[in-house]
Amino acid sequence: MNFEAFLQNLSNGISLGSLYALIAIGYTMVYGILRLINFAHGDLVMLGSYVAFYGVAMFMLPWWLAFPLAILVTAGVGIVIERSAYKPLRDFPRINLFTAAVAVSFLLENLGIVIFGGRPKAFERPAFMDQMLNLGGVSIVSYTPIIIITALVLFGLLLLVIYRTKAGMAMRALSKDIEATGLMGVNTDKIIMFAFMLGSALAAAGGILWAIKFPQINPLMGVMPGLKAFIAAVLGGIGNVGGAMIGGFLLGIVEIMIVAFFPELSGYRDAFAYAILILLLLFRPTGIMGEVQAEKV
Amino acid sequence: MLDIKNLHVSYGGIRALQGISLHVPEGKIISLLGANGAGKSTTLRTIMGIVKPTEGSIEFLGGNILGMKSFQVVMKGIALVPEGRRVFTNLTVTENLALGAYTRNDKVQIQQDIEEIYELFPRLREREKQSAGTLSGGEQQMLALGRALMSKPKLLMIDEPSLGLAPVLSQGVLSRLKELNQTRGQTILLIEQNARAALSIADYAYILETGRITLEGPAAELATNDAVRKTYLGIH
Repeated sequence: MNFEAFLQNLSNGISLGSLYALIAIGYTMVYGILRLINFAHGDLVMLGSYVAFYGVAMFMLPWWLAFPLAILVTAGVGIVIERSAYKPLRDFPRINLFTAAVAVSFLLENLGIVIFGGRPKAFERPAFMDQMLNLGGVSIVSYTPIIIITALVLFGLLLLVIYRTKAGMAMRALSKDIEATGLMGVNTDKIIMFAFMLGSALAAAGGILWAIKFPQINPLMGVMPGLKAFIAAVLGGIGNVGGAMIGGFLLGIVEIMIVAFFPELSGYRDAFAYAILILLLLFRPTGIMGEVQAEKV
Repeated sequence: MLDIKNLHVSYGGIRALQGISLHVPEGKIISLLGANGAGKSTTLRTIMGIVKPTEGSIEFLGGNILGMKSFQVVMKGIALVPEGRRVFTNLTVTENLALGAYTRNDKVQIQQDIEEIYELFPRLREREKQSAGTLSGGEQQMLALGRALMSKPKLLMIDEPSLGLAPVLSQGVLSRLKELNQTRGQTILLIEQNARAALSIADYAYILETGRITLEGPAAELATNDAVRKTYLGIH
């Protein structure tokens, strides 16, 4: 492989990785606070891309209005899911919450089939995202840097919220000890809702960018990115936001590079992620940034 | 200031509190004594809205606080230093203190109050940028106390401050509480297993046995009571 092809693959891997990372953050935030794997999270990726699609194709909104609107709508749906399906179950055994998450996932997928139709739809990219760019002899499509930059900006904003605001501080405290956070005068229900809102918004952003990169959407499109992003979150150390970002980029780059270097293995592309997950669970279940949690007796 | 009447709490089938009544007047240190499992922590957790009682009433400053969530109780002016300190080990010392002031919005005053806590506990200032997880047990207890004070509570409740601390340290914590009471008029409800230490700083004390208050009276009187001396002070 020549250097140019390597750079092309690398940029492709980074953009795929930034999508995994965007989606992984939602998994990791919810897990960090509620110790819940929110299986419906991948389906919010789907929802985000569909709302954006309808905004542009049906309501004729310009992309710069339709996309943020889709993020807002999905964030709202995320809040509704938390309030209606998860909050009432918070004091029950964890298996109940887990089962509810699986149920919500199926509900969203099947509602998607009923409402949006099962047939895939063509997602139209804004024209400026479809230009061939020549960066120092490497030609790439303009959506690649756009995806990467958008993701990085969103990461920056998220880190600002988490580390520089009062609500972010409460969120970090919450991930350590919900009850003690309440004793500080924090309305913990509100902060949990806020975390769901942020995670869902990032999932929607990931979904829209996913549809820009792979412009065909269908009601089950969130399943695979959801699973991969979950693996990325575990790889980075579940519960750790920085880890989710690192895990996402790593998984995206590795996935693309393996296929690039061993084209004969391209049929096994999705299997790599699962192989990584199995190895990880065997040898370093806490992931890259995860800390070993001492079981409380 | 705080009035509890006929409070009953059950966990599953176990009756943790069986009709306790107690009164905390303003400006006093009231101590709740008793052995492990007598229901001391349950009492404080019920006041904070973490545990729901089956019967009884809790009034604070003349208003009902029963049925409120923890954050609402904090906003009414009660702060709890929980058993085992429970500082946020993933936050810095300063962040822990700032979180204690979560219900307040007066930024400048909060900054001054953090300074004041650091003057009260100079050891914490040395570690202000460190994560609270790196502190020793005694330092964590200071932080937990400072964090609770940051909400400017009218009533400060403390659950077993000397648990897991060396005797010298726990004496230090208790004398700090006395100081807060005398210099600021801080009202305190103190839970202790170490009855001798608690009675030495309290004005009035209640003795809790398996969910019932079996004895109450001025701390000085209880300290000379034969039954108390035998069971709780180890004097025969």
